[in-house]
Amino acid sequence: MAAIGSGPAILVEGLYKSFGEVRALRGVDFAVPAGTVLGMLGPNGAGKTTAVKILTTLLMPDAGLVQIEGLDVVRQADAVRRRIGLAGQSAAIQEELTGRENLEIMARLYHLGRAVARRRATELLARFDLEEAADRPTKTFSGGMQRRLDLAASLVASPSVLFLDEPTTGLDPRGRLGMWDIIRELVAGGTTLLLTTQYLEEADELADEIVVIDRGQVIAAGTAEQLKDRVGGDVLEFLVPERRRLADAVGAVSGLADTAPHVDDAAGRVAVGVGGRGSEALVEAVRRLDAAGVATDGLAVRRPSLDDVFLALTGHSAEDTAKAPGRRRRGQQGAGGAGRDRR
Amino acid sequence: MTAATLPAPELAGRRALHRLRWAVIDALTITQRNLIVWRRVPAFIVFTLVQPVMFTLLFRFVFGGAIPVSSPGGYVDYLMPGIIGQTAAFASFGTAIALAREVQKGVLDRFRSMPMARSAVLNGRLIADTARMLLTILVIVAVGYLVGFRFLNGVGPAIAMVVLAVFFGLTVCCVSAYIGLAIKDEESVQAFGLIWVFPLTFVSSAFVPIATMPGWLQAFAKNQPVTLVIDTMRYLAIGPVPGVTSLEPQLWQSLLWLIGTLLVFGPLAVRAYRRAS
Repeated sequence: MAAIGSGPAILVEGLYKSFGEVRALRGVDFAVPAGTVLGMLGPNGAGKTTAVKILTTLLMPDAGLVQIEGLDVVRQADAVRRRIGLAGQSAAIQEELTGRENLEIMARLYHLGRAVARRRATELLARFDLEEAADRPTKTFSGGMQRRLDLAASLVASPSVLFLDEPTTGLDPRGRLGMWDIIRELVAGGTTLLLTTQYLEEADELADEIVVIDRGQVIAAGTAEQLKDRVGGDVLEFLVPERRRLADAVGAVSGLADTAPHVDDAAGRVAVGVGGRGSEALVEAVRRLDAAGVATDGLAVRRPSLDDVFLALTGHSAEDTAKAPGRRRRGQQGAGGAGRDRR
Repeated sequence: MTAATLPAPELAGRRALHRLRWAVIDALTITQRNLIVWRRVPAFIVFTLVQPVMFTLLFRFVFGGAIPVSSPGGYVDYLMPGIIGQTAAFASFGTAIALAREVQKGVLDRFRSMPMARSAVLNGRLIADTARMLLTILVIVAVGYLVGFRFLNGVGPAIAMVVLAVFFGLTVCCVSAYIGLAIKDEESVQAFGLIWVFPLTFVSSAFVPIATMPGWLQAFAKNQPVTLVIDTMRYLAIGPVPGVTSLEPQLWQSLLWLIGTLLVFGPLAVRAYRRAS
């Protein structure tokens, strides 16, 4: 565990990385205090995975300073490797080996010794609810079980700083919830965690602080609440079932706010930032829409989501490039499945 | 602190020894892992054992009758060193495919983020694949004996032939390891990464005397390393054959080729491993 007060567990300053012409990271800065969770949020290809690979010693930065618990990832890579755990986008386990064998071999490669390796494997299998399947080849595991085992493997040597690169990409909703519970438990134990995700909901649920990355740069940082405040308070939102009346509906409510309403033509959804005047705006909207003779569905005022934040910050929805699993989907027609930003 | 109690060279020596020890242990752990995986996949067993035996029987009984050779022991004795060489080369398919798969699945990323020896993944892979290859060679020799093959040149040269075959296979595995790590995609490796092994093994003296090939092909077949290695193996197994009347030049040239290839592709594979991400 990091000595508290001796600086952040993760420190990144002026990080640059290019792959030929592609500038994956263009001056990234952030810091993660020990024992906290940083959510790195961004669409496909934003540079999240590249950043994680540099932080976990897999890639060399072109420029910039990266320290893990005060150790330099380039000059003290070996010492860094002793302190970190990494679980990537796919389950990096050997399918032909059993859950137990996978963990024992990892533990032996961490030089824990055979007896300790065995004990540690049993412990982790129990903790991740994999005891029953422990001695089956892992190719028979469900996607959720494989990810749990993968996460267990990254914890074999009890790392004090853990990196999870899109830990729930490709999981079904139940698997995702299970993973969230496990991550919360880990964090409660004091592990510093950096988590990348394209799912706004996930960062909101798990992270103490969030950095929003777009096209290789940090475009916003803060707590979920702080980021939501940047949107300017509450959001009034409704659906127009009759698409040809959409323009009338937008016209009716556009006087409600200082900013123009965001319209999703495909879904027939209109969203308006209404600041702190939530209930007044609601009453006013009902009146105006009624006067315009437009029927609506699900008219309501809600707190802004990180999706709204992303839209406000970048001018495009996070989900234009990445399909979210969450409750609300916007502009997603034609978007492929949950993609990944391989680099 | 420790530097004060020990003279610097001794300290450095101890550190080096410590690292070497872990490099060996880590490589053996990876070897064990790879051998367990190999045992669990029926397709790998077919590939390692059934297919080479089929090749042996096919050439011995189907093609063999049509291939006249004027070497001691007839075609079966001519064939066996060739089959063994070809099998050793084909064993490298597993090396390339397994490594590409591990890159793709993120297994190598995980290993590289761990404080284990950098060399372990490659060494463990090569040790496991060499062990597998040795097993295949011994099985083929046994099958060869059942269908009429005999070592005609004594026990020592016979063992030397097996050792040379394994060294040859290891060299090809090393080239394959580089290809697998550089291509990083299992399907592409299967399609393109190993295609070069076919002309190298078939356009050689492995199965037919080179004199039966068209002139332009003979020029290649005569001078390529697989022919050198297989001619050497054949000499060790059955003694002189037409065209190969003495051992020494063949042997030295073979070793030179193999060592040279290792010196080129070993570092390339290590570099590709460092960059595989």
